[in-house]
Amino acid sequence: MTLELSHLSRRFTDFAALDDVSLTIDPGEFVALLGPSGSGKTTLLRILAGLDYSDSGSVRQDDRDFLATSARQRKIGLVFQHYALFRHLTVFENIAFGLRVRSRRLRPPRAEVKARVQSLLKRVQLEDFGSRFPSQLSGGQRQRVALARALAVEPDLLLLDEPFGALDAQVRVTLRRWLRELHEELGLTTVFVTHDQEEALELADRIVVMNRGRIEQVGTPEMIYQQPATPFVCEFIGKVNRLVMNRDQGHLAVGNWILDEDPWHSRYGQALAFVRPEHLALSVAPPLSGWSARLRHIYLAGSVAHIDLYVASLDQTLEADVASEDLSRLGLHAGMELYVVPRAATLFPQIRDGTTINQDRWNWRAASTTPT
Amino acid sequence: MSTHASTRPVRWPRRLVRGLFILIAVSFLALFLLLPLAIVFIEAFREGVSAYFATIKQGDALSAIRLTLLVAAIAVPLNLVFGVAAAWAMARFEFHGKALLGAFIDLPFSISPVISGLVYVLLFGAQGWFGPWLDAHGVKIIFAVPGLVLATVFITLPFVARELIPLMQSQGSEEEEAARVLGANGWQMFFRVTVPNIRWALLYGVLLCNARAMGEFGAVSVVSGHIRGLTTTMPLEVEMRYNEYDYVGAFAVASLLALLALLTLLVKTLLEWRYGGEIAAHAPGGH
Repeated sequence: MTLELSHLSRRFTDFAALDDVSLTIDPGEFVALLGPSGSGKTTLLRILAGLDYSDSGSVRQDDRDFLATSARQRKIGLVFQHYALFRHLTVFENIAFGLRVRSRRLRPPRAEVKARVQSLLKRVQLEDFGSRFPSQLSGGQRQRVALARALAVEPDLLLLDEPFGALDAQVRVTLRRWLRELHEELGLTTVFVTHDQEEALELADRIVVMNRGRIEQVGTPEMIYQQPATPFVCEFIGKVNRLVMNRDQGHLAVGNWILDEDPWHSRYGQALAFVRPEHLALSVAPPLSGWSARLRHIYLAGSVAHIDLYVASLDQTLEADVASEDLSRLGLHAGMELYVVPRAATLFPQIRDGTTINQDRWNWRAASTTPT
Repeated sequence: MSTHASTRPVRWPRRLVRGLFILIAVSFLALFLLLPLAIVFIEAFREGVSAYFATIKQGDALSAIRLTLLVAAIAVPLNLVFGVAAAWAMARFEFHGKALLGAFIDLPFSISPVISGLVYVLLFGAQGWFGPWLDAHGVKIIFAVPGLVLATVFITLPFVARELIPLMQSQGSEEEEAARVLGANGWQMFFRVTVPNIRWALLYGVLLCNARAMGEFGAVSVVSGHIRGLTTTMPLEVEMRYNEYDYVGAFAVASLLALLALLTLLVKTLLEWRYGGEIAAHAPGGH
């Protein structure tokens, strides 16, 4: 089932929750809607679920008008952020709910309902919990009950709203892997909403980055991370250092970092450069191009160390990542002076009023980088 | 350490203050609540048990009981439906005039019952706005049962709604939305999800509503006309007997009302004890 969303817009009284959103979701795909709060991702999910409506635009399911069908007819499984389990029903009855409310004609016989719920309980690893009430379960267990309840109606499309938002870090990681495996097993088209970029990068086949009701970029996790399409995506996904470059004697430069190439043939006077922490190279000997910096702090985070560098000539603090084992190899310590130079960056040309020309972006790589 | 030492000398006065407050509260309660309640029963049984039952069977006491039950049986279900609908509107939707609706629901609490009774007289009485028209069509509202029902519905209107609104607001609509997406139609959603979630608060509201419906005096007194055996509810019967110096009779009927109140209190306490968490009684919006 291919879902074709075209030109969806939704206005609330004082802001546009969705502003001309178009997107195609292929069968069996695992799609993440990623964005900060207020970016419209939840509104989009609720419109697909039939709990909200769009002011304009359409959604076609194959050749059917998806929005014209009622929430009941859409064959959707929805998992709410706070699970929304029926608190007065047991786990078993929660899962059976979608089957029990069917009209007599479509309702499976009692024994089949029971068998189906049992097999779902098994699938979510809660076989012995059928007679418990939601209040007697942990967050992770509730989440799995919510998922089983959504799967019980055999949906064509599974929607998840911040599925791991209310769980603690450890359970979150376990459930994430488990959900990914479940998706591979069932092959169900799945759309989930998240504000957590790590979650989106880890789980999704394709990420839809949203901001202020618009889609900023759609792509695979690698594409989103390696080739961000807009300054917003650069800053929202992962950590990034932001540098303002100006044209100096024909070359784009910021401080002592000067680019020789110019794909824009001097068309733009300035540019925004985004450099990921792992793309900053550190050296003790002065390089040809680059800044001298003072090492302020080392934050050891397991296999990686985050390093704060103060570049006096730019009056800017940069963040660099190095492998922990390189700390002693390079003799790094707080207070030392060293040199830093970008090895890769994403550049967005700017016109005079500061607007970035996103379609002319440039993924720059240093010519002679040593592979790391 | 030093704070520990300094709390020592104040311990006695503090205990004294606590005891004093408890004493004040208990004696106040005894004086203004328990004593009158005891007197109702003492006076009712002053001339013995047989006199008590005789006076209850005598005259129009039975018809007053019947009328009271009838009025409550009409007013309470009406306010049950209204209360659920109003709470639903208040808790689930944003609309213009929502604050106004909230204020209107509270209106019967803030208006003197006598005035609400008078309003009905002014509307439907012989000299009232609709009086002549109603008279011409042979409909009698004031000094008749419909008037009693109207006044009672008005007086007891806030109870169910006020009990449900804070609960439904705090529960949110996610479970109902989940039911919709799972394929439930409106009625299935209401009866399988909404009602089970509010059932205890609903019962609690109905109890309070019923207690007030049976005990209401002011508004009912104005629209009743005090026609013995026809428009006299129990509280009115108590007053009429008392005015006729039939003290045993007055207190006997009063004791029945008091029993009803005690029964309500008992059920209410049981509910609070058993389902305290689900009842909004302790929420700021409750009573």
